[in-house]
This record gives sequence, C-alpha cells and structure tokens, in this order.
Amino acid sequence: MQSRNQNSLFYGVDRVSIMLYVVMVIMGWLNIYAAVYNDEHSNILDMTQKYGKQLIWISGAAILAFSILLIDSDFFTAFSYVFYGVLLFANILVRFIGREIKGSHSWLGVGGFGIQPAEFMKFAMSLALAKFLSNQQIAVNQIFRLRIKDIIKNYKNTFIALAIIIVPLILVKKLQDETGLAIVFIAFIIVLYREGLSVSFLMIGMLIAILFVVALVVANTSAVLISLGILALSSFIIVPRNRRNLLIVSLVYLLAAGVVLGANFMYQKLEPHQKDRIDVLLNKKTDLKGVGYNVNQAKIAIGSGGFLGKGYLQGTQTKYDFVPEQETDFIFCTVGEEWGFVGSIGVVFLELFLILRVIFLAERQRSSFSRIYGYGVASVLFFHLAVNIGMTIGLMPVIGIPLPFFSYGGSSLWSFTILLFIFIKLDANRLLILR
Amino acid sequence: MSINNSHLTDRKYFIGGFFILIILIYAVRLFYIQVVDDQYQIASDSNAFRYQTEYAVRGYIFDRKGKLLVFNEPSYDLMIIPRETKGCDTLALCEILDINKEEYLKRVKKACQHPNSPRKESIFEKQLSQETYAVLQEKIYRFNGFFVQKRTVRKYPRPIAAHLMGYVGEVSKEKAKKDSTYKEGDYIGISGIEKSYEEELRGKKGIQIQITDVNNKVVGRYKDGKYDTLAIPGKPLYSSIDADLQEYGELLMRGKKGAIVAIEPSTGEILCLISSPSYDPNILVSGKERSRSFAKLYADTENVPLFNRALTAMYPPGSIFKLIDALIAQNDGLINRGTVYPCAMGYPPMGGKPKCHAHGGGRDLVGSIAASCNSYYSYVFRDIVDQKKYPDFKDGYNHWRDMVMSFGPGTRLGTDLPYDKPGNVPSAPYYDKVFGKNGWRSNTIVSLGIGQAELTLVPLQMANVVATIANKGFYYTPHCIKGVGKEKHLDKRFKEKHYVGVQNQEAYNIVIEGMQHALEPGGTAFANRLKDIVVCGKTGTAENPHGKSHAVFLAFAPMDNPKIAFACIVENAGFGGVWSAPIVTLMIEKYLKGKTDRPEVEKRVMEADLIHGQNLLSTGFH
Repeated sequence: MQSRNQNSLFYGVDRVSIMLYVVMVIMGWLNIYAAVYNDEHSNILDMTQKYGKQLIWISGAAILAFSILLIDSDFFTAFSYVFYGVLLFANILVRFIGREIKGSHSWLGVGGFGIQPAEFMKFAMSLALAKFLSNQQIAVNQIFRLRIKDIIKNYKNTFIALAIIIVPLILVKKLQDETGLAIVFIAFIIVLYREGLSVSFLMIGMLIAILFVVALVVANTSAVLISLGILALSSFIIVPRNRRNLLIVSLVYLLAAGVVLGANFMYQKLEPHQKDRIDVLLNKKTDLKGVGYNVNQAKIAIGSGGFLGKGYLQGTQTKYDFVPEQETDFIFCTVGEEWGFVGSIGVVFLELFLILRVIFLAERQRSSFSRIYGYGVASVLFFHLAVNIGMTIGLMPVIGIPLPFFSYGGSSLWSFTILLFIFIKLDANRLLILR
Repeated sequence: MSINNSHLTDRKYFIGGFFILIILIYAVRLFYIQVVDDQYQIASDSNAFRYQTEYAVRGYIFDRKGKLLVFNEPSYDLMIIPRETKGCDTLALCEILDINKEEYLKRVKKACQHPNSPRKESIFEKQLSQETYAVLQEKIYRFNGFFVQKRTVRKYPRPIAAHLMGYVGEVSKEKAKKDSTYKEGDYIGISGIEKSYEEELRGKKGIQIQITDVNNKVVGRYKDGKYDTLAIPGKPLYSSIDADLQEYGELLMRGKKGAIVAIEPSTGEILCLISSPSYDPNILVSGKERSRSFAKLYADTENVPLFNRALTAMYPPGSIFKLIDALIAQNDGLINRGTVYPCAMGYPPMGGKPKCHAHGGGRDLVGSIAASCNSYYSYVFRDIVDQKKYPDFKDGYNHWRDMVMSFGPGTRLGTDLPYDKPGNVPSAPYYDKVFGKNGWRSNTIVSLGIGQAELTLVPLQMANVVATIANKGFYYTPHCIKGVGKEKHLDKRFKEKHYVGVQNQEAYNIVIEGMQHALEPGGTAFANRLKDIVVCGKTGTAENPHGKSHAVFLAFAPMDNPKIAFACIVENAGFGGVWSAPIVTLMIEKYLKGKTDRPEVEKRVMEADLIHGQNLLSTGFH
C-alpha cells in the first residue's frame, strides 16, 4: 500500500502465476506448430494454419488479460450473478442461433473463428459460487442426519450451491450435446468441499460412483444384486438386529440396488460411441482400430518418445496424423513424443505448480469471495489437467476437454485466461478490499 | 462479514495432497510407458501399422514391330519381421518351405543381424513357387511375423537378345545406401538395356499403410488409404531391335564365337545385336535358379557367354579397314579411280610384307577393294602418312589418325547401352615409346593400313563405319531404343547427324562400287552374291594372337537405298568370305525379304560348330 506504484497495472500482481502462464502459452503455441506442421506452410506465422491462428488467439488473450488487470476487482464481485445469468442465457441461446459443428451445437461464430459460450461458463460459475457461498452464514452444512426435514433445512444452501453447478451442466449436455464441456463443472464439488461440504456427502457420492462402475464392469446384474443382498444381510453380524437397523439396511440396499439398476439403465440409454468409450476404458473391449484407436495411438505417440523424446518437429506419430485431434485435446501426445519423459513431466509439473500456486494464493485471501473464487480456478484447472492427461495415457475415458494453455483453440485459451486473471486481479487487490 | 471457517482450513491440505497424489500417479504412469515399457516404441514403428511396399511394374520392352521382348510375371517373396514371430507355427512353415529347423533358425538369425533388424522386415524366402505360394497364403494367419510381398520378375517370350536386354538383380548395399530410391533387396538393372534405361523402366514404388491387429492380420487401411501412394509403373520402351532378325542371327551364330551388329543407316537404329555364345535370358530372372545359372555361365571361361562381344570385344578389323584408307586417300587427293599400285604377293618396299594373296597383278582402286589387295593399301597408307602437305610424317600420321577416329574407332560411340569399349587407334607418342622418337616411319607401321597391328575396334564401331559409308559421310549415334514411354520420346543426342572427316561424295561412290564388286566375279565374297539384292560388302580376315584369323564381313544393302548395315565377326574362323559373308547375306535376305532363297547355305551355316572344330571348310589365305 505504501508503494508509489500502487496505481500501476502490475501492482500486487502475482508474478509467479503470470510467468507460469506465459511460459505455458508459448510452449503450447510451439507444440501446436509441431503437431500440425507441414512442409508447405513452414512459417509459424502463416495465418492459414492453426499455429498462425493460435497467435491471433494469444494476442486476444493478452488484451483480455491486460483489460482484466485494468478493471477494478469490485466489478467482478458486484456483477457475479449478472455474468452467470448472461452466460446461462447465452448457453441456451446457442442451441438456437449457433452453428452446428460435428453434431454439437456449442459454437457461436463469425467466419473461421468460433466461440463456445460453455467455455466461459466456468469463470461465471466460479464467480456465482463465490458470491453465493461468501454471503452465507454457514456456507455448507456438514452435519449429517437421516431426517428428511433436517436435510432440507440444513442442506438448503448445499442444494442451492449444487444447483448453481448442475443447472448449466444439464443445459450444456442436453442442449449442446457437449459432454466434455458439461462434465467439467463437476470440478466445483472440490470448491464445495473446501467450503464445508460434509465428508459423508462425498463418501456417499463416491460409493455411488463405485457401485456404478461395478454395475458396468460385471455384466450379470442379478449377481451384483444378490452379492449386495448377502453383504446387507451379513452386516447384521456387526450391527444389533433391531427394527431400526433393519429399516436402515433395507433402505441402503434399495438405494444401492437402485444405483445398480440405474447404471445399467443409463448405460443402455447411452449413445453407441459413448458405450464404446466406457467399454474400452474398462477393458471390456479391445478394439485398436475403432474407439480404442485414439487412446492406443495416443499411448504409442507418448510411449515412443522415450526418456528424452525424438526432438522438436521430429515426432513421426504426430507428424503423420496418427493421433487424432492432436493439436487440441491430444496436444499432450506431441509433447510426449517430441520431448519425451522429461518434457511430459515438465509440462505436467508446470500445470501443477500453477494450480498449487493458485491454492496458495487463495488461502492467503482475507475475503472469502476471493478464496472461493481461487478454489474455483484451481479446481477447474486441475480437472482439465487430470482428465486430459489421464485420457492420453489411458487412465481416463476419452472426454474431449482441452489441456489448459496448451491446446489449440480460442474459446478455451480465452476462458482460462479470464478465469486466471480475474483471480490474479482479486489477489492483487487483496489488501485493499476487506469484505 | 464472512465467517472465518478456520476449522475448514485443514481441508486445503487434503485438496493439495489429492492434486499432488493424482499427478504423481500420472508421473509414474508416464515413466512406465515412456521409459520402462518399450512396446510403444516398437509399436510406433511397426506394430499397428505395416508399411506394405507396392512394387512398381517394370516397363515392358517391345521390338520395332511391336512384338514383346520382355514382360513381367508376378513373384512372391516371403518376408519376416522376427520380433513378431511369437506364436508362429514354425513346424508347419518349415514343412511348407521344405526346410529343417536349423535352416529356419539360421534364417531368423540372419534376419535379426545387421543390416537387418528384428523390428524390420527382411526377406525370408525369395520367389516362392506358385504351389508354395498358394499353400502359404492359405495358412499365413498361423505364421505370426510373416507376410508375403508381391513383386514381379522379368519374363522373356523368346530366349533371345540376352546381352542386349541385360538382366535385373538385387541392388548392391552401397547403392542402396547412397540412393534412397532403393532399399536393400530391391531390384535394379545390372546390364544391358535394363541398366541404361533403369530410371525409365523402374517406375515408382507405392506405399500402403495397413493397420494390423495383434494377430498380424491386416484389418484395414490407415485412414482409408489417405496416406497411401500408388505405385507408378515403369515406362514401356520401344526398341529398334527386330526380334525375328535377332533370333535368326542367333540361330546362325550357334556353335560359333563372335558378334553381329546391324544398324539402319538412315537412323542409327540398331536392328540386331548378337553376341555368341549366348544364353536364355529367362535363366537369370528368378532367385535360386539365377545364382546357379550365373555361376555356371561365369565359370565357362572357354566361351565366356556373359561377355558381350558386340560392345566389348576389341578385334583387329583386318581388311575392312582398307575402306577407310581408300576414303581418306581420295579425300586428300592422293589417289583416284585410275591409281594402280603393284602387288607382288606382298608389299614390295618392305620385301613383300605385308603379304598378299593371288588376285592377279596390280589393280585399280575399285579392283583393290573387291580383291582386298594388301599391297595396294600399304602404298595408300604410306601415301597418306608421307604426303607433302605434312613435312613431318608424324603430322601425317596424326592426320590419318584424326580422320580414322572421326568414323568412330578409338572413341566410345555414346550408344544407349552400357559398358561399350572404345577400341584402340594407337597414337604417335605410343610409337615414340615403342620404337624411340626417331625409330619409326610410315613403313614401320604400314600394317595399320590393312587393319592389323595395334589397331582394334569393337563390332558396334565396325557396323557404324559401314553405316557411315552407306550414308556417304555421316552417322547417327547407334541406339537400340527408339522411343521411351507412351509418347515414344527419343533423346535428342540420337537425332543429331555426325559428319565424318571425309565428305568427298565421289570417294564414297568409288568405295561403294568396290564393295559391290567384292560380291562380283573376282571379288572376295563372290560366292555370296544374291540374285535380287545388290549387296555391298567387304571381307576381312583379322590376324590375331589367339589362333586362326577372325572372319570379318561388313556389308550394307541394297546398294541404292541402304536399309541395313552389318558387321559380322566370327572368331577363329579363317577367311572372312567363308563364314561371315554367308551369315550376313542370309540375314540381309531375312530382313529384306523375310526368308532366304539359299536353304543349302543356311543349312551349312547352322550346322557348323566351329567352336568344337567340326565341319570346318576354311579356304587358305596367303
């Protein structure tokens, strides 16, 4: 505060974050160049090529970043809900006025450039959650009781918070057919957890998820139900046999059975290609040409990089288009093949450092709005990192979401830039604002 | 004011720890697939994708009438990728290929060693027979790591023109290393037309990127063939060779060593090029048979069948050289139609050497050619070298040499066949070395004038000399391909007229008259006179250190509108009029009329086996 430069653009700005950001964006650009490189257009500034276009996106991102640093941070807190509302509307509107690309209705665009409103929902959702949760007396309740009345009373805020997350999720999934963009919103559960979401709540969620997977892996549904029944009955060996416990166990069993049947029901309802993706991940199918093809090729590209990689622009797997979507969702394959283990680890750690840095900054905020928003940023970045890298190395199903700052694409780069720089601005003003 | 959820701050450690844990799991996974497990490294080269080479079909070669001289037949090589042979039914494979286990292991080992590699394909068995291929194709799914590569091999509908066509063989390691067009095991033209037109004939290889599954089964094309390239077939060659004439000449030359070259004077197109003994070119095309046949041909040091005499055998030309002397001397104004030189069964100034034969006294120019007088041309040679224009006889000699070389001898003609030899016209410095600077004069080397001594020509050059005389002063570089590709392109170097040193048309007329008289009464080849075709010829009997003289005959016909010019040489057959002249005149009949009117001559020639010394009817030569 005593600095003479406190009105300067960069006053109080976290240089570490910005440096990590700049390094990653430049590395991303160079890798896009390598991924779509062809001899006829070897100039990295060639605007007809994706690497040329990416430079335009990067310039746009830089303008966005500077603009955000110029705007007073109060602006973001004050207009949180407005952002959320506008983007929610845009995400509905895109269904009707957007253009259809490969069966999804997520693009608004002019000429060769398009924008996905769903990408920008991330920062709006972070703002809205931060606004909502920072206003609550008790943000998210953490006591767990089995009474409907209490649940409603105690968990009202939890449910509203969940609704802020889930409504856009369903809209994006249902209206735009963009599973990848929608599923990212699940990352905000981490924010809720930080703000007090009960562990039991998470545990139940996890158990349901595990049951879900078991139901899918074991083809024989009745066998699963019978096993669950035996498990339920054997629980009476431990717990006292009385009416109340019988009721609880029965309820739990019915719930579990419901999950199992529901999982199978939903699986049946899935599109064939989504079924295939799940089957491949669960090793129920090995089809190297069809669905498994992407994953297998990604693994081959990364695996063939070895310890030090094949060298910049030397990757044969990526150069010859063996890997699909290699400049967008599978950009990490180029990194893995050309820079090897050293480069892969470098990139993953760079991303992780930025995420941990954001958590560190979030924790030093005096205002819970800034903290909650910071966790939103960290969660979204981490979700992208974990799912994107996970799918290229075969640890996650193929969900088309970009690797932050690396993947080609204006929407994702701009959305991550806005997401991050709002937080950097909030952090820069942390000592000025006390809410 | 917000509530400070201090009791929740511990959760940051869980969140941070969770993030770090996940990323560490990823790091371990990355370390595993990138550093520990090398299956992806291998897969990136070959596993899921197989680069199947589609070999280009080598260009066909046609003769001048459009008859096929060479085409292609499919052939199949069994390829191995040793690394992928796990689970292969080795026993069944050995049974099909009729090899034992030791042999199998030996070949696998060879396929693994440098320059082959366990990861790369190499040939396991070359050129499978049709039956083996059929059986193998049926069961190939049981032989992991093996696949069949289709290629083509040359096939010759007629067993002729082996030397001319040359043969195709595996490219050398050095060549494959230097030229990226070739991979080891690829075929390349090694001699003949196959070599000189390799670039046109070979075409361009195609690549198919196939996707294979874990069972080595091809399951499709990568991106439906988006990155595949099609093989581009080699260009067809339209040869100037007359297959019928070539075949007939080879029949006539059976049992004789030597060469025949025929040229169409008005174009320089080679009509036939025969080197005898020859062999069936079909024995040098397929793998096992090729090596056996090649070894056998190579081992025949008596007949050297692999030696292309027509281009590489340097023969002393003998009396045929008198034609050139006669032309030069007339051109220099030293002799004319009426010039007569004495002959006393030899050249008087040198005490009767070189010797001559009984042709009845001194003759004029035309008569000297017809009777092939040695003495006459010794005088002529001396006249040229010692002419007044050149005070120093060495300048005179150089003048003679330059004029001779303008006809082709002593230089490589630049034909479209590889490995032709230049022959030899000795230089003045050479004689300085042999005899000392002042140790020689025209008479010392007078036997050059009659085509002996150090003078040598290859049969192609001899044919070119006749063609030049038939053209009266120019020639086109002899060539055996008159059109490349569908558009029948001909290189411009074959369209260019080469004018020789003698342009005096009267000189040619007199020489041609003399050549015509050679087939008239009193001429050296009178016995070979044709009733309906006026042939101009010149016999030669080339002395050589290898035994009996070589029989040489040069001719063109018809006299007024020359269609074909011949050089024929039969080794160690004695006088040129006895063996070479009948062969040439028979071939002239064949070419101009389609058949001979002299079956008894044809029979005599075809039955003669001069190599084994039977049926030798040599008349003496004095």
